[in-house]
Amino acid sequence: MARILLIEDDHAVRRGLALALDRHGHAVGEAGTGEEGLRALGGTRPDVIVLDLMLPGMDGFEVCRRIRAAGNLPIIMLTARGDDLDVVGGLEAGADDYVVKPVQPRVLDARVRAVLRRGAPTADGAPERHHDLTIDRAALAVTKGARQVSLTPTELRLLLELSRSPGQVLSRQQLLELVWEHDYLGDSRLVDNCVQRLRAKIEDEPSRPVFVQTVRGFGYRFGPV
Amino acid sequence: MTALGRARALLGGLRPRLILAFVAVGAIAAAAAAWASAASAGSALVEQTQRQFAGEIERTVTATAPGLPYPPDQAALDRLRVTVGGPALVTYGALRSASGPGLAAVSPELRAATGETGRLLVQRVESDGVLRLVVGAPVMITDLNGQRRPSGVEVYAVRDLSAVREQVDALTANASRTSALALPIAVLLALLAARGVLRPVRDLRAAARRLGGGDLGARLRPRGSDELAELAATFNETAASLERSVGELARMEADARRFVADVSHELRTPLTTLTAVAEVLEAEAGRMPSDAREPARLAVEESRKLARLVEDLIEVSRFDAGVATLRPEEVELRAAVRDCLRSRGWLDQVELDAPGELRAVLDRRRLDVVTANLVGNALSHGAPPVVVRLRGDDTWAYLDVVDHGPGLPDDVAAHVFDRFYKADTARGRSNGSGLGMAITAENVKLHGGTIGAGNADGAGAHFAVRLPRWTGEQP
Repeated sequence: MARILLIEDDHAVRRGLALALDRHGHAVGEAGTGEEGLRALGGTRPDVIVLDLMLPGMDGFEVCRRIRAAGNLPIIMLTARGDDLDVVGGLEAGADDYVVKPVQPRVLDARVRAVLRRGAPTADGAPERHHDLTIDRAALAVTKGARQVSLTPTELRLLLELSRSPGQVLSRQQLLELVWEHDYLGDSRLVDNCVQRLRAKIEDEPSRPVFVQTVRGFGYRFGPV
Repeated sequence: MTALGRARALLGGLRPRLILAFVAVGAIAAAAAAWASAASAGSALVEQTQRQFAGEIERTVTATAPGLPYPPDQAALDRLRVTVGGPALVTYGALRSASGPGLAAVSPELRAATGETGRLLVQRVESDGVLRLVVGAPVMITDLNGQRRPSGVEVYAVRDLSAVREQVDALTANASRTSALALPIAVLLALLAARGVLRPVRDLRAAARRLGGGDLGARLRPRGSDELAELAATFNETAASLERSVGELARMEADARRFVADVSHELRTPLTTLTAVAEVLEAEAGRMPSDAREPARLAVEESRKLARLVEDLIEVSRFDAGVATLRPEEVELRAAVRDCLRSRGWLDQVELDAPGELRAVLDRRRLDVVTANLVGNALSHGAPPVVVRLRGDDTWAYLDVVDHGPGLPDDVAAHVFDRFYKADTARGRSNGSGLGMAITAENVKLHGGTIGAGNADGAGAHFAVRLPRWTGEQP
């Protein structure tokens, strides 16, 4: 179904997850260290990375940052529950989603499928212009002025969902369901973090956003521009 | 605080009391000194006037006596009276000089005493508010054998002392003015002295306040060797010992935290493998030989229970180590509770009684844990219908879970939030970890809320949760 690169230092965990994901129909490549994982990127050309944050040598945050610097490959973190520093640090390093150990493989499978769906086109029609921002839903391309904006699938999907009805407020929970396909206990920090990264890429002044506006106590709104 | 209370607090302060005491002592001392000097000056003035007057009369009488015919007649008495001058009276037996003051001004005692002693006597007489000096002087004659004896002629002279009294009054007024002048000086001195005395007290208060505010390094500079210096030294010792204890506690807490983190990681790693493999095993069980199916099923079930138990244990130890943190966010309680019930397939077994939307700011995940544990407990230990009731006022949100089972015996209600407490000891292991209710209570407490267990009227067990509606925010 998808090519997954699993970066996890514990052999048993790696094998166990690989076996389970394999049963869900994925092709799983395995790496025992961050360095090994980064090397494997070029060869296996995975669709998604599942990344443990506690790694010997180069830690998961650094691996995350390097993958993000190289491109928009989706990253799902493996974290310990309640370890807020892990979650926050991982999201800031550019991760798209996270699961908590011990994770049920079917939950991980669902997250992998969700993150891959974000990169799939869902609409056709002419590109929309919002001021100097052009959103092409069919080609999944966003341009700012004449410049192509490079977005991760998650950032792209967030922008598409928000801009579907400009001016309408979407709560964090709604966005978690629409973009991340999380249940009602989804972590709203995913939304806040992704909004920040999106703003950094499409706003002239990310601290005074025009496109993605915060509606205090409710959520976010696209425009009106 | 009432006005009276404020006044009492103001006067009850150390500084006002010190100043009051200083001023009182200063004023009393000044007044006493002024009064004493005024009084002694006044009496000296009177004494002097008296001596002068008596001297004058004596000199006049002594000078006039030799020229007095003996026994004197009325005319001689009158002449003597004129010589003495002023208000005066001269008597000889029953004879009285004319035009002198009546004998009323002269007391009978003075007259008797003058006659008997043959010496000049002075008496102060006060009548109608006027002070007078009355001098009684016997006129002496020398008889034939050379002895001096009273001639029977007596001169009484009266001197009005009003002027002298006015002088004395002026002195007294002066004295009061002087002591009034001393008053501001006493206040000034008192202020200065109070400042000096109170500075260590003020320093102590500031240091104690800093210590109370969490600055454990607050110390006092010891000055002098009085009681306040001793107090400062004691304060420093206390603060130092407090700092040591708190440091120790912080170290222990850090150790506990590290331990929790280590244990979590060490337990989670094999559990992650177990959980992953269990799912594979479960899916493959159908294809296994029948004698392998049973152990596979057991392994899967038990690894799930183990995972839940470990998760709950880690959660509890996180509360114990004080590392559990709240992540408050805006939550609509009715929807949140409904989501919680729906995700667990409980919607048709539970009646949700909520009049409308109820917004609150609290930790969504922890609210879910609380709701799920209470409802799960009601479903497995109580009897349907299970009712979840949501209410709210300005500051609190109320979540009540009521079932219609037999209710909680008192001894169970008292322990229902204990760890690993089993109401029914005959039943071995329950499906839960035995920590669910304890974790529920901890989650409520972490929010600053309260939880209670009891029995509802005409129903079964009743769990009442009260959570602050605006956790970590101003309403």
